[in-house]
Amino acid sequence: MTTPADLKFLKSHEWARTESDGTVTIGISDHAQNALGDLVFVDVPEVGKTLAAGDACAVVESVKAASDVYSPVSGEVIANNDALGATPELINTDPYGAGWIARIRPSNAAELAKLLDAAAYDQIAAAEGH
Amino acid sequence: MGLRTPLYDSHVAANARMVDFGGWDMPVNYGSQIEEHHIVRRDAGMFDVSHMCVVDLAGARTRECLRHLLANDVAKLKVPGKALYSCMLNEAGGVIDDLIVYFLSESAFRLVVNAGTRDKDIAWITAQAMAYGVTVTPRADLAMIAVQGPNARAKAATLLGEYAAAALQVPPFSGAACGSCFVARTGYTGEDGWEVMLAATEAPAFWQKLIQAGVAPCGLGARDTLRLEAGMNLYGNDMDEAVSPLESGLAWTVAFEPADRSFIGRAALDAQRARGNLRKFVGLVLEERGVLRGHQKVMAGAAGEGELTSGTFSPTLERSIGFARVPAATGETVQVDIRGKLLNARVVKLSFVRNGKPSGDVATAVSRG
Repeated sequence: MTTPADLKFLKSHEWARTESDGTVTIGISDHAQNALGDLVFVDVPEVGKTLAAGDACAVVESVKAASDVYSPVSGEVIANNDALGATPELINTDPYGAGWIARIRPSNAAELAKLLDAAAYDQIAAAEGH
Repeated sequence: MGLRTPLYDSHVAANARMVDFGGWDMPVNYGSQIEEHHIVRRDAGMFDVSHMCVVDLAGARTRECLRHLLANDVAKLKVPGKALYSCMLNEAGGVIDDLIVYFLSESAFRLVVNAGTRDKDIAWITAQAMAYGVTVTPRADLAMIAVQGPNARAKAATLLGEYAAAALQVPPFSGAACGSCFVARTGYTGEDGWEVMLAATEAPAFWQKLIQAGVAPCGLGARDTLRLEAGMNLYGNDMDEAVSPLESGLAWTVAFEPADRSFIGRAALDAQRARGNLRKFVGLVLEERGVLRGHQKVMAGAAGEGELTSGTFSPTLERSIGFARVPAATGETVQVDIRGKLLNARVVKLSFVRNGKPSGDVATAVSRG
C-alpha cells in the first residue's frame, strides 16, 4: 500500500491528516496494522477529552497483543470512530480511510510541522522490516 | 538470527510473518491469523512444530524410570503406540515441563517436550535416567508437522500411499510408524488430526505435498487461539516451576493411585492436598468489550483476588476468553482489571470449544451474554 503523501507521522506509527476545516484526523499506519495482525478491539478516546501531543489516547488490540496509540498533536477530541466498536478490522482493511480513530481540534498548529512526512516515515517503517 | 526449523525456507517463501519464539524464528501467521484459526476449525490446517523436541528413551527399565519421572503413570500405557499427557515435576511439585509420552515397546518410549524447556528437560531426564540404565536421545534429526481440523486426516492420508489405511486406523491419542513417518493422533487445537514426525530432510517436500492436498499453512498465532479455545495449557504462561499442577487445572493428569508409586514431586503434592484450600484454575468469558490477557488481575469479591494466566480474543465465540488462577471460593462471576477498568467476566469450566462447537458451559454463558 502506498503511503498517502498528505499524511504526517510519528515514528511510533500514528498518522495525522489536516482536514480542510483545520481539524486533524488520526489513525495508525498500514505498517503498524500489518505488524499487529488482525485487530479485534479498539478503545477510542472520548469526545471532549483534552490531549497533549504524545499522550496515549487509544488502545488497539490484535489477537496477539495490545498497543497504545499516541496522539500526534495536542488538542480536544471532537469525534471518534464509532464503527470500530463493531468492526475493528476496518483498521486492517483501510488504515488511512475507514479505519481512522479520532478527530482532534489542534491547540498548537506548530506541532504538525514537527511530524515526519510520508517519505521519512516510509524509511523508518522499511528499516524496522517485518 | 534465531534457530531455524527445516521448514524455515518454506515459511519465508509463503510470505509468513516470522517472529522470535523461544529463540526460534517461527511463522506467526501467513496473512490473517483469524482466517487460519477458522480453517482449522472448519477444514484442515497445518503447523510447523519442529521446534518441539522429540526425545527417545531406550532400555529394559524405561517404564520403571518413567513411572518415577512423570506425575502421570505410564503403567496406563498397555497397547504399543498409546500416548499419555503428563507433567514432569521437580521435588517441590512445580512443573518442569508438560509433555506427551508414547509407548513404542517395552524397551522404547518417546517423549515430545516443549522447545523453550528443551535443554533443562534433557539435562533433568538424563540425570534421572542414569540410575535405570536408560539412554536418552534427543532427535534433532526429526521434524514435526501438526495437521489439524475435521478434514485433516483424510487430506494428509493421501500422502501416505500404502500406509494410508493403517494411519487412518490409529486411534485417538495413539501413534504408529507408517513407513518413514511416525503418525500420532494428537494435537493442540481441540480438533481431530495428526502430529507427523518425520526426517528433517523429508519435511519440506512433505509440507509442499500437504499444501497440494488442500491443507493450509497456519502460524503460531492461530495455534495459540485454538489451544486457548480448547482449554489446553501453555507451559510458561499457565504453569511453570513455581506452581503446582493441582493449581493449574492439571490435577486430572496426576496419578495418585497406586498410592505406593513414588514419583518425583509426589510428597509435595500430597502435602498440598492435605492442606487443602488450593486455588482453582478456571476459564473466563469476558461479558463486555475488551480483551483478556495474561497477568491481568481478577477480583473475586469476598473470595479474594486471582490472576489471568492466558487470554485472547476467541475467533469462534467472537468474544474474549482466558484462563485464570483464582481463590477456591470464587463464584460464577468475577471482575477483571483491564487498564484500570473493572469488566465483568463469567467463570466457566475449561474448555471453550471442542470439535468446532462451543462447549456446554460456554454455550450457556455466551447465549446469556
